[in-house]
Amino acid sequence: MSLKLEEIRDLIKTAIPDAQITIQDVAGDNNHYSATIKSKVFSGKSKIEQHKLVYKSLKGKMGNELHALALNTVEI
Amino acid sequence: MDKNTNDKIKNELKQNEVCLFMKGSPEVPQCGFSLAISNMLKHLEVKFKGINVLENPELRQGIKEYSDWPTIPQLYLKGEFIGGCDIVKEMFEKGELQTKLEEKKIAYKK
Repeated sequence: MSLKLEEIRDLIKTAIPDAQITIQDVAGDNNHYSATIKSKVFSGKSKIEQHKLVYKSLKGKMGNELHALALNTVEI
Repeated sequence: MDKNTNDKIKNELKQNEVCLFMKGSPEVPQCGFSLAISNMLKHLEVKFKGINVLENPELRQGIKEYSDWPTIPQLYLKGEFIGGCDIVKEMFEKGELQTKLEEKKIAYKK
């Protein structure tokens, strides 16, 4: 039940190529992260839709291999 | 999702204006994110039903399918999915959660 920071970054980057990603391992356990993601794809979308885009990029890992990813999505 | 689980979710949402699907109970949350939303609702003195998904594996999986949202907690106001911890926290800090409660005519402490 863990995922490396680089893997998360790569998965998001693959799905959202223009994403500017700042990510931190808040507990130092490869399982509790906090990320700010800036992208054009978020524009005009609700927060729920924005977060769903990020969750989808993680291909089902969110809530399974990955326990916690606090998200802040920003339109650019 | 089986029909029983789907019916259970719909019933809960129908019978309770404010539903929080969470890990643990409002009295004893078992996850920091569930604790956070629970505390925001308590702070606003919103009457809510906390539904502990840890007591029911089908419900834990079912609610994720229901909202197409992979994590718990999940907050619902009058049947509408509002978000998980990050979104609710942001809305609370900006006063948008309070506006939403107002719009939906749900009582809270002003």
